[in-house]
Amino acid sequence: MTSLIEARGIHTYYGASHILHGVDLALAPGETLGLMGRNGMGKSTLLKSILGLVRPRSGTVRVKGADMTRSAPHRIALAGVAYVPEGRGIFPNLSVHENLVMAARAGARGQRDWTLERVLAAFPRLRERIGHGGGQLSGGEQQMLTIGRALLTNPDVLILDEATEGLAPLVSREIWRIVREIKASGIATIIVDKNFRAVTAIADRAMILVKGSVVFEGPSERLRGDPSIRERYLGV
Amino acid sequence: MDLGSFLVQLLNAVQYGLLLFLIASGLTLVFGIMGVINLAHGSFYMIGAYLAWSLAGKIGSFWFALPVGVLLTVALGMLIEWLLIARLYARDHLYQVLLTYGLILAFEELRGMIWGNDVHGIPVPAPFTGSIPLTETLAYPVYRLWISAVVLALAVAMYLLIQRTRLGMMIRAGASNREMVQSLGINIRMLYRFVFAFGVALAAFAGMISAPVSSVFPGMGGQVLIVSFVVVVIGGIGSVKGALVAAILIGLVDTFGKVTTLELGGLRVLPDLAGMAMYLLMAGVLLWRPEGIFGKRL
Repeated sequence: MTSLIEARGIHTYYGASHILHGVDLALAPGETLGLMGRNGMGKSTLLKSILGLVRPRSGTVRVKGADMTRSAPHRIALAGVAYVPEGRGIFPNLSVHENLVMAARAGARGQRDWTLERVLAAFPRLRERIGHGGGQLSGGEQQMLTIGRALLTNPDVLILDEATEGLAPLVSREIWRIVREIKASGIATIIVDKNFRAVTAIADRAMILVKGSVVFEGPSERLRGDPSIRERYLGV
Repeated sequence: MDLGSFLVQLLNAVQYGLLLFLIASGLTLVFGIMGVINLAHGSFYMIGAYLAWSLAGKIGSFWFALPVGVLLTVALGMLIEWLLIARLYARDHLYQVLLTYGLILAFEELRGMIWGNDVHGIPVPAPFTGSIPLTETLAYPVYRLWISAVVLALAVAMYLLIQRTRLGMMIRAGASNREMVQSLGINIRMLYRFVFAFGVALAAFAGMISAPVSSVFPGMGGQVLIVSFVVVVIGGIGSVKGALVAAILIGLVDTFGKVTTLELGGLRVLPDLAGMAMYLLMAGVLLWRPEGIFGKRL
């Protein structure tokens, strides 16, 4: 089976600084990949390189087998890759309802699994706030809004960058619940998060980045069962 | 001033204000959404007026000249965005100012080559040639009322487009977070090309419909450019609603400033200093709200 996403030998620079040193990443349909590493190790840059938001200097990014290394970000999104960025990226000048429906569409295979009704059922908080401005929401609600908005594009891959960052434990738990629901619905996900326990519990496979290189890649269980890797690379 | 002439001046003020709004709305949209300062905006107003004059002469009907002129200016807007403006989004505003100032010069030169440097006029088109009598001696031209009605209809249409449609949502979203809009699968380059062309067409359309009531002459773009910027600043950058309120205010201040006599300490203030009125209004508004009436807090 072809990978949904296959990145090979990605080298990405910000100006003169070399951020990613030949990173490989593959994601199979329906798979959940946990991407970990301390701050500044290149996790977000790797995601942005895949999404076309940052151009890798060398290497290739394939989405469902098609080379999209130089494609515009909207082409990659239309191929079925949805993004929930760090810091959320809601549109504060649009209402909650507008945020949700502005980009809603059938997926790359024509699927309409996620409708406004289903998203509101998954996030009852959003239904209560539907008429509010995006900027009036709490951090947790904004996170739900971004995830709901991404789901309404009916993606095959959902990329979550620090989705629980800065959220209260109760709200975080709510987000993890929905991530499990997304996984169960068959959408492949790449999850970047600091919560080692939560990531390894949900991810099929884990990857650790240190200074722009992959230092660990394997089943989540192996990472859970080997505290030395964790201590060495993550400091948890 | 008696009631009749007051009414005539009020209608004039509103009509002038609405026309200003039509021009300034394109400027504020392009500035607010795309972050582009377009000094050539007035040139598009001039191009519209010349197109109306030349097309009406060639086709023989002002009413056919309008849609043809709008299509041509939409195409011109798309071409300029694609060829020039799109290259400057990532740059500082100074580059946009330089480029669009250059465009003013280029358009003036082209206008001279294509249409010459003469002053022209267009007859008021049928069926709006008549006037409505207000009192025994005063009447108001129907065409001016038509202008006001058309601009009001356009204002409502623009409001609905921006506030109620998905396209409008995407445009507003693009103003707040470009990168995110792209990552949702929306082609922001095409969206911006459309917004720019729409702004160009609005200014040109204003030039077209005002051609029958004011003469068509070289340099007519420069005048409206400055007033349009005053409208945008008073209304709040990026606010179409603000542009509407500010344009009507300027229409009132300017029109009544010119027909009122006011003496202060033996000095004739009005109408001698009426030309300054809108700048005083702008200064007043900026002292009260530096971000403009409907602008976002700075």
